[in-house]
Amino acid sequence: MSAVRDSGPAPGRKVLRAGPAAWTFRPRVVAVPLVGAALLVVVAAVNIGKGSSYIEPLDVLRTLLGGGDRRETGIIFDLRLPRTLAGVLVGAAFGLAGAIFQTIARNPLASPDILGITWGAGVGAVGVIVVGGYRGQVSGAAAELGVPLAALVGGLVAGLLLYALSWRRGIDGYRMVLVGIGLSAIGYNIVYWLLTVGDVDDAARATTWIVGNLADVGWEAVGPVALALAVLVPVTLVGAHTLGGLQFGDDTARGLGIRVDAARGGLLLLAAALAAVATAAAGPITFVALATPQIALRLARTAQPPLAGSMVLGALLTVGADLTLRLTAPALPVGVLTAILGAPYLIYLFVRSRREVRA
Amino acid sequence: MTRLRAEGVRLGYGERVVVDDLDLDVLDGSVTVIIGPNGCGKSTLLRALGRLLRPKAGAVLLDGKRIDRLPTREVARVVGLLPQAPSAPEGLTVADLVSRGRHPHQSWYRQWSGGDEEAVRSALAMTGMDVHAGRVVDELSGGQRQRAWISMTLAQDTSMLLLDEPITYLDLAHQVDVLDLVRRLHTERGTTVVMVLHDLNLAARYADTLVAMRDGRVVARGAPGDVLTEQLLSDVFDLDAKVLPDPVSGTPLVVPVSAHLRPDPS
Amino acid sequence: MEVTVASPAGTARDGIPGRTPRRRRSLTLGALVACLVLAAGLSIAFGARTLPPAAVLDALVSPDGSEADLIVRSLRAPRTLIGILAGLALGAGGALMQGHTRNPIADPGLLGVNQGAAFAIVLAIVVFGVRDLYGFVWFGFAGALLAAVVVFLLGSVGGRGSTPVTLALAGAAISALLYGLISAIVLGNREGMELFRFWHVGSIAGRDFAVAGQIAPFVVLGLVLALVNTPGLNTLSLGEDVATSLGQDLRRTRVLGVLAITLLVGAAVAACGPIAFLGLIVPHIARAVTGPDYRWLVPSAALLGAILLLCADVVGRLVSGDRLEVGIVLAVLGAPVFIHLVRRRGLVRL
Ligand SMILES: Nc1ncnc2c1ncn2[C@@H]1O[C@H](COP(=O)(O)OP(=O)(O)O)[C@@H](O)[C@H]1O
Ligand SMILES: [Mg+2]
Repeated sequence: MSAVRDSGPAPGRKVLRAGPAAWTFRPRVVAVPLVGAALLVVVAAVNIGKGSSYIEPLDVLRTLLGGGDRRETGIIFDLRLPRTLAGVLVGAAFGLAGAIFQTIARNPLASPDILGITWGAGVGAVGVIVVGGYRGQVSGAAAELGVPLAALVGGLVAGLLLYALSWRRGIDGYRMVLVGIGLSAIGYNIVYWLLTVGDVDDAARATTWIVGNLADVGWEAVGPVALALAVLVPVTLVGAHTLGGLQFGDDTARGLGIRVDAARGGLLLLAAALAAVATAAAGPITFVALATPQIALRLARTAQPPLAGSMVLGALLTVGADLTLRLTAPALPVGVLTAILGAPYLIYLFVRSRREVRA
Repeated sequence: MTRLRAEGVRLGYGERVVVDDLDLDVLDGSVTVIIGPNGCGKSTLLRALGRLLRPKAGAVLLDGKRIDRLPTREVARVVGLLPQAPSAPEGLTVADLVSRGRHPHQSWYRQWSGGDEEAVRSALAMTGMDVHAGRVVDELSGGQRQRAWISMTLAQDTSMLLLDEPITYLDLAHQVDVLDLVRRLHTERGTTVVMVLHDLNLAARYADTLVAMRDGRVVARGAPGDVLTEQLLSDVFDLDAKVLPDPVSGTPLVVPVSAHLRPDPS
Repeated sequence: MEVTVASPAGTARDGIPGRTPRRRRSLTLGALVACLVLAAGLSIAFGARTLPPAAVLDALVSPDGSEADLIVRSLRAPRTLIGILAGLALGAGGALMQGHTRNPIADPGLLGVNQGAAFAIVLAIVVFGVRDLYGFVWFGFAGALLAAVVVFLLGSVGGRGSTPVTLALAGAAISALLYGLISAIVLGNREGMELFRFWHVGSIAGRDFAVAGQIAPFVVLGLVLALVNTPGLNTLSLGEDVATSLGQDLRRTRVLGVLAITLLVGAAVAACGPIAFLGLIVPHIARAVTGPDYRWLVPSAALLGAILLLCADVVGRLVSGDRLEVGIVLAVLGAPVFIHLVRRRGLVRL
């Protein structure tokens, strides 16, 4: 064997040095979230500007940075911002949660709805909508507070159950997935059964919630999500440095010095909490958590879903879908469009990557 | 005579070309061993010979016909191939795994015959895996698992065997066992064998023909004594080594000169 | 080689020592068939209305037009038959699906079959004004077939054919797309919502023999294809390289499998709505019983599917006076058992 010749970075990686610190990175992994974020700013600005009185995207940006006039500031901060901000936060949370679940499970299909968290939240929310509507009294306060609260509780309970039932001398990704399937089957069936119990208008309201809806989100819903994400996202990102090792399987990960069970258990709980909080705010926006990690992975050409990329693309897909919807069919919930936009793009990406590899 | 040959094949994955314009004739009834550094394309070539990888140019011919155009089941009765890192589903016993080697000899109207049974029995016995026949494959040691897979390939009962690093996980005694087995197949049944080996001394001792590869090209081929020279080791492996006659077999014996033993040039 | 001692496992009579004995597996299959007969008996004997056993027997042997006759012959009997057909189909379809994708979460709806059927049925309701179940079955079946073909083609674009990951992802993407479209249509159409939400829970009640007759040929054909597919699945489970070198035509095996899954699951979904969970758990349970050999696993999963479906249906009838559809009973009763199994045995990996 020849001697190790140089200590430069592996091909395809670049090194960033600042004094004694140095990080290696792959350009595509950095480019995906950066480009995504730039697009997100544009889409978000357009989305905020849209409404009964149109505001130019540049004016939106200026106002957001503090330079707008009284009228624009009022409109944007009081009325328009919550919806778009909720889209960004919720989309990012779903993207991140999906990326973590898929990595722990080593399975591209593992997403909060397959694992039951979404459906736990659904039982709570749809229960309040249907049972409340049935009794004919839950419209005001209970609907506004009760639904997200019930969803949050339902989602967290499902997450804790997932954790507790998957734990058996540690969390095993395979077991977690199977347990999650069981949980989601229960939740899913209860939700669809609840739909048949109430009357058809409640069923429609509940379906809107199930699909995921940003239209009615105000500051009172954005605040808690923002707070929760402000805590959860940094913790998750710090905890997630172990993910790179976890994907190789337990023995290798232990060999790399990772406390496998603690790492996986903690990450599972964090991802479940992210998904539950996001679901409580806007409903289980279909497909974001499943698709964006896979899209980010293919764009960044990495072996496992890149976290930052998944977050940014999750936000972009959600806000982009919201904008498209408002331009075309304002009555529909946003989740309809995340699937209709996201699915073809995901298919296009993997068809293309297969062409390259196999041609 | 050569039944299996590669003619001007270009092999690769996606856009990437790993092997280009390579010719190789596999002499019938001989043992051919491919050597070369990691990543030089040995497995790629072997997979092409076993029609697992379709050449981008050129062709692999079996009895003069393009192997990828022949019915795959027919090929499977002539050529058996053991990939480098096969994986079995959980819970499969050794005997069940080996029985699956009979697949090309079965059909929906003939599921299991006396011939199948005989072939599986002798395949198990030949690798010494008959004592482990009832055990579950994923609970075996690395070497036992390797031998279970070799048994499966033997049960296929083909006149040509392509083996990718068949002795990599084995202790020295079992390495010799497997290679002795390969020679025995060769003498008793006239089996043609192409295998990839990393142990140069064993390669020299068991090969009729040695093929040395580097960067997807065949650098040298011929009898081990002609191929395995100090110059070739330096060219192909960047290895500084002495070549002596093997005291047991007389074939070349490679003794590497390690860096810390090398006389200091200064 | 090692000195060969007398082999410890297996018996000489059973051929190769260590090969999983046929006899034990045949016994398992026999026991499952017996259980299915028993379950069918229960499904005919018990229901929301309590009938004395004599009356049930009478209705079967010598019908005289009494109310018991009506209940047994035109409600319970067709319901049982549909339960058997759908259960066999979902169990076998689920086992094939997991075998082909080598993914334990692959439910039989993954090829887009469930959402394809649902989408077609929504179109039938909203665009074509179809209201009755017979119409739903044909539309559902056509939608399931179409969706499965699209998913399979997408999963095989480029390269030598579909792989587990591309199939799974294409299925998930198409399902999500159709789900979005369905929601969009249903939310804008009150009547569609009304019909659709009931179809969506999954039930074997209220269907008569004509519906069974509609799906039976497809289920039978699907089961035959599934059995023909099993030796191929066995070699595929050793990995694609080994399967190819054993002379397996990968593309043909996949096409055959997808065809069988589509026929089976499409027929079941068209007749009963989505009861996907059944097809998901049953193969795991069957695998724990038979081991990884698909020639035994697929028939066992089919039988188990029918048994579980009938039992869940009977339980639903008994405890709720038939107000709980079989889909929800299956999930609420089956999922805890499934989770318990997962925890206790650590189910076999694919
Ligand atoms: N499935 C694959 N896709 C892309 N590249 C591959 C694949 N398999 C092997 N390669 C590349 O082809 C080259 C030759 O690999 P291989 O034939 O496995 O080498 P070896 O001589 O060690 O067996 C290597 O550079 C390897 O990275
Ligand atoms: Mg190799």
